[in-house]
Amino acid sequence: MYQFNYHKASSVADAVALLARNPDAKLLAGGQTLIGAMKLRLAAPPDLVDLGAIAELRGIKADGGTLTIGAMTRHAEVAASKDVTQSIPALAALAASIGDRMVRNMGTIGGSIANSDPAADYPAGVLGLAATVNTNKRKIAADQFFKGMYETALEPGEIITSVSFPVPKRAAYAKFKNPASRYAIVGVFVSEGQGGVRVAVTGAGPSAFRVPEMEKALASKFSPEAVAGIKVSAAGLNSDLHASSEYRAHLVTVMAKRAVQAALGQ
Amino acid sequence: MGEMNLIGTAVKRKEDYRFLTGAGTYTDDVRLDRQTYAYFVRSPHAHATIKRIDKDKALRAPGVLAVFTGEDLAAAKVAGLPCGWLITDVNGQPMKEPAHPPLAQGKVRYVGDHVAVVIAESYLEAKDAGELVQVDYDVLPSVVDVADARKKGAPVLHEIAPDNTCYVWALGDKAAVDKAFASAHHVTKLDFVNNRLIPNAVEPRAALASYNRAEDSYTLYVASQNPHVERLLMTAFVLGLPEHKVRVIAPDVGGGFGSKIYLYAEDVVVTWASRQINRPVKWTAERSESFLSDAHGRDHLTRAELALDKDGKFLAIRVQTTASMGAYLSTFASCIPTILYATLLAGQYTTPVIYCEVTAVFTNTTPVDAYRGAGRPEATYVVERLVETAAREMKLDPAEIRRRNFIREFPYQTPVALLYDTGNYEATLGAAMKLADVAGFPARRQEAAARGKLRGLGYAAYIEACGIAPSNIAGSLGARAGLFEAGEVRVHPTGKVTVFTGSHSHGQGHETTFAQVVASRLGIPIDDVDIVHGDTGRVLFGMGTYGSRSIAVGGTAIVKAVDKVIAKGKKIAAHLMEAAETDVEFADGVFKVAGTDKQVPFAQVALTAYVPHNYPLDKLEPGLNENAFYDPTNFTFPAGTYVCEVEVDPDTGSTEIVSFTAVDDFGKVINPMIVAGQVHGGLTQGIGQALLENCRYDSQSGQLLTGSLLDYCMPRADNVPSFKLDTKETPCTHNPLGVKGCGEAGAIGAPAAVMNALTDALGVRDLEMPATPERVWRALQQTKIRQAA
Amino acid sequence: MSVKVSMTVNGKPVTAEVEPRTLLVDFIRAQLRLTGTHVGCDTAQCGACTIHMNGAAVKCCNMLVMQAQGANIVTIEGIAAADGKLHPMQEAFRDHHGLQCGFCTPGMVMSAIELAQRHPGLTEATIRAELDGNICRCTGYHNIVKAVQAGAQAMRS
Repeated sequence: MYQFNYHKASSVADAVALLARNPDAKLLAGGQTLIGAMKLRLAAPPDLVDLGAIAELRGIKADGGTLTIGAMTRHAEVAASKDVTQSIPALAALAASIGDRMVRNMGTIGGSIANSDPAADYPAGVLGLAATVNTNKRKIAADQFFKGMYETALEPGEIITSVSFPVPKRAAYAKFKNPASRYAIVGVFVSEGQGGVRVAVTGAGPSAFRVPEMEKALASKFSPEAVAGIKVSAAGLNSDLHASSEYRAHLVTVMAKRAVQAALGQ
Repeated sequence: MGEMNLIGTAVKRKEDYRFLTGAGTYTDDVRLDRQTYAYFVRSPHAHATIKRIDKDKALRAPGVLAVFTGEDLAAAKVAGLPCGWLITDVNGQPMKEPAHPPLAQGKVRYVGDHVAVVIAESYLEAKDAGELVQVDYDVLPSVVDVADARKKGAPVLHEIAPDNTCYVWALGDKAAVDKAFASAHHVTKLDFVNNRLIPNAVEPRAALASYNRAEDSYTLYVASQNPHVERLLMTAFVLGLPEHKVRVIAPDVGGGFGSKIYLYAEDVVVTWASRQINRPVKWTAERSESFLSDAHGRDHLTRAELALDKDGKFLAIRVQTTASMGAYLSTFASCIPTILYATLLAGQYTTPVIYCEVTAVFTNTTPVDAYRGAGRPEATYVVERLVETAAREMKLDPAEIRRRNFIREFPYQTPVALLYDTGNYEATLGAAMKLADVAGFPARRQEAAARGKLRGLGYAAYIEACGIAPSNIAGSLGARAGLFEAGEVRVHPTGKVTVFTGSHSHGQGHETTFAQVVASRLGIPIDDVDIVHGDTGRVLFGMGTYGSRSIAVGGTAIVKAVDKVIAKGKKIAAHLMEAAETDVEFADGVFKVAGTDKQVPFAQVALTAYVPHNYPLDKLEPGLNENAFYDPTNFTFPAGTYVCEVEVDPDTGSTEIVSFTAVDDFGKVINPMIVAGQVHGGLTQGIGQALLENCRYDSQSGQLLTGSLLDYCMPRADNVPSFKLDTKETPCTHNPLGVKGCGEAGAIGAPAAVMNALTDALGVRDLEMPATPERVWRALQQTKIRQAA
Repeated sequence: MSVKVSMTVNGKPVTAEVEPRTLLVDFIRAQLRLTGTHVGCDTAQCGACTIHMNGAAVKCCNMLVMQAQGANIVTIEGIAAADGKLHPMQEAFRDHHGLQCGFCTPGMVMSAIELAQRHPGLTEATIRAELDGNICRCTGYHNIVKAVQAGAQAMRS
């Protein structure tokens, strides 16, 4: 790891001020990706602004039809939260499938979605549940948030404060893990709620994306068979040591089917 | 006193308390006063000429004490790293042995090759400065795949081997084999890739050297499986230091699996550098460096054929394999695909003639050497995949075809140079089939099909040659070292015992197993016996731990020393009891005069030896301390049968090992708990090879693509099942304990068992390891296409 | 620039001046000389560095020491009783031969203790799934799974 200056933010406002003073600074949330990248010298921020002490960024609130999760809430907290398991069990299950227990005890929802790692799990949940990403400046709809590989709609100086999830009628997440890293080779989040059916995929493409054909098919009949015959195109999908784009495309269908099955409690 | 016989008892390990409380001392835990830190600048290129190295900037960086390059080592007359085994090729010529400088001279030959070392006050300072060492490279084309190494126009790694060939070597009667094939009823032919593996002991390699100017001596702490061999190679061949002035300590070592046998560049460089700067120098690998610089394993490309008669009797085996040596010859690289491979191709069977041709090639990759099993897993894979495939092709039951070919009379001379002393292959096969409930498999397969899963069953009946080796035979085959072991039994005046052994323990539990042996033989409590290993300053000598040799060779050396102690004790006891030495018997810790009630306990004899007031000083030296060297008269031949059952999810191609049964014959078992643990670990490494692990290089750039645990797939707890184990005993006939060794069996037998099960489940003839979900899925797609056609 | 950090480690308060880039594991190993916590990888995969921070198992090789500011840290050295008697999970690892070379063991034990605390009824499948953050190259996990099962039971009684 290279040298850097460390700043501990006491509040969101303080963090914003620190970012303003240190324009090349990076925000440190749980650090489960960032610290690793810095250790391998793949990232070299001159300044780090640690959000760990900001109480207002932590916690889970269930409010009628909406579940709001503070940006610095750890994956383990989401997985174990009664509010989450009762309102959106699929989201708790997704959180429980991220990394390993030790990573889940540190990693945060804000850190995960701000990074927009193509193989991260949360982006599928955020997109698949039509969540809203709340920042210090505005509210960003999930559909506008993920812009590409490691790219989001966040502007300089913008900090995610929480993520709000509308509670769906039913939802589930099915993940095919990379056997080595345990990231998603393909993860599919399916939900049926007020806004209709959503099918969001992570791991397969440069960033999380929806599959409108599947959504349409499921809207007319929410059953595994409805998606079983729908193939996504392999063109533009990720291809690496662990899975070709063709195989990933195949897995999108399989995982979508399984997610629907799980959402139906089958 | 009968309870002192602990042979065959699951004694809890003596070493566990320190490991469980964090009190183990691994090399990186050692801190010496004024210690400095080394960082190795490594080649980012697979193949390049070094035009110029500018170390000025690095030297001016904060905390930096020194920067050394290959030129500095050459000027100091530091020699290259030696290879310990000379293979003579088919034309009687010695293998090509290119220079292997600890720091590159003029050229780098793999990504991770050592270019320079930076020594600084802290590790981070050394690493920061490492980036300031400016190296101008002329990048050359590289070759990383075994299949490409000898192609026309392939980039040449070493001038002395213009065809990138280290040797072409052969074993067996080619003419007889060709003749047998010509008249065979059936021939089974398979092409295999034996995938390259990265050992990944969880403790990364580390070395901490210090130089003592007052005594002109060195101490090297190093994560090593064989500190005496490390010292011998380093002093005699590389640094030219007086051996007695170098102490090598391998303290607690966090797993080896072969990868810590070798003399590595880092060990040599920190030792040399500690004198240059007159301060201790420490290097601890980061995992990324382990991937690049620990010797890899396997990496064969093989064509294998089995000839059979109409009854399924094996007539001949013909094997042609090309094995990668990597960019340089690691310490024992040359003997792995030859001596430890071709000699195992008889397996458990009476195949009368066998011919094997081995081509060893250089590629722009990390050096390859022994990794758990070393040659024998590759051989077993060849034999057991051939046998199972032949059974399927000839519509014979795979157990039956094995039975028809089992060796049943011992000793048995194989056509590939080994003399099996004993074994009972029917016993292990029968027991494995029962334990695995092979009879119930059709019902389980049907039940799985109802759940949409493809279930398959596969066998592997392996044999291995362990307890390496009779030194004279090894020597005649090219070994440049002896392969005995040494032990010392020091009885203290109070009758407590310290045992010094040349067998290093890095997980195997020698501190317990060896203590069981000594306590049982001396009839004293196990708590009265401590085992010391891993320190050339304390242990008389040793050849170290590899090839499942510790109990068979190291254990026997200790037994011999114990027997010398008993023999001397009898003399002392005879004097004390005023009896003839020939009338004194020793059992259960007591010396007795036969047929009388006269007796003296062991502790009293010990005390007498050190307080020799009433003692035959005219005939006998005081003291009770004996050592012994043991050179085995033959290899040992552990063998067994593994039965694997898998279930494949046809939608994703995922394979689950749903049942794994292993019945092994390790000869006499000293501690069944420890033996089972060795089998579990070996099986998991074998399953890893079959389903998960694969070292991959980019064929264009030569970059290591699986350079971290994010990409190299290590087996985790959820990749393997609980195992069903049993053992059968045919005691080894040529060592006093009747032991054969158990460390590698699992890794040797498991890959074939898994792949036999998987090909059975999929109904395909062959599949390449590792059988990743995508490979399995593609195999199923192919089958669908074929069936549709 | 150095920064000041303080925390409680195995019940004792500690304070130090550190470079901001100091990892928690390096602080524990090099400065506190608690060398039972190990480093087996550089990508937060192997779990040999697992410790407890405020009761949660974390990989301290993947954290800055500053992230532990004010925290209550327990390492493997703080698990056994003051008189040296092993914790039930440590005892279970010994009884079931859940360790060989010992290098992954401290992380494995720390991980297992937290697992047992958080999951009341542990099945073999749960243990295998939840141990995916700890790599062992020696044991094949067979005996580790047995040990965790037994250790969890012993912790409850």
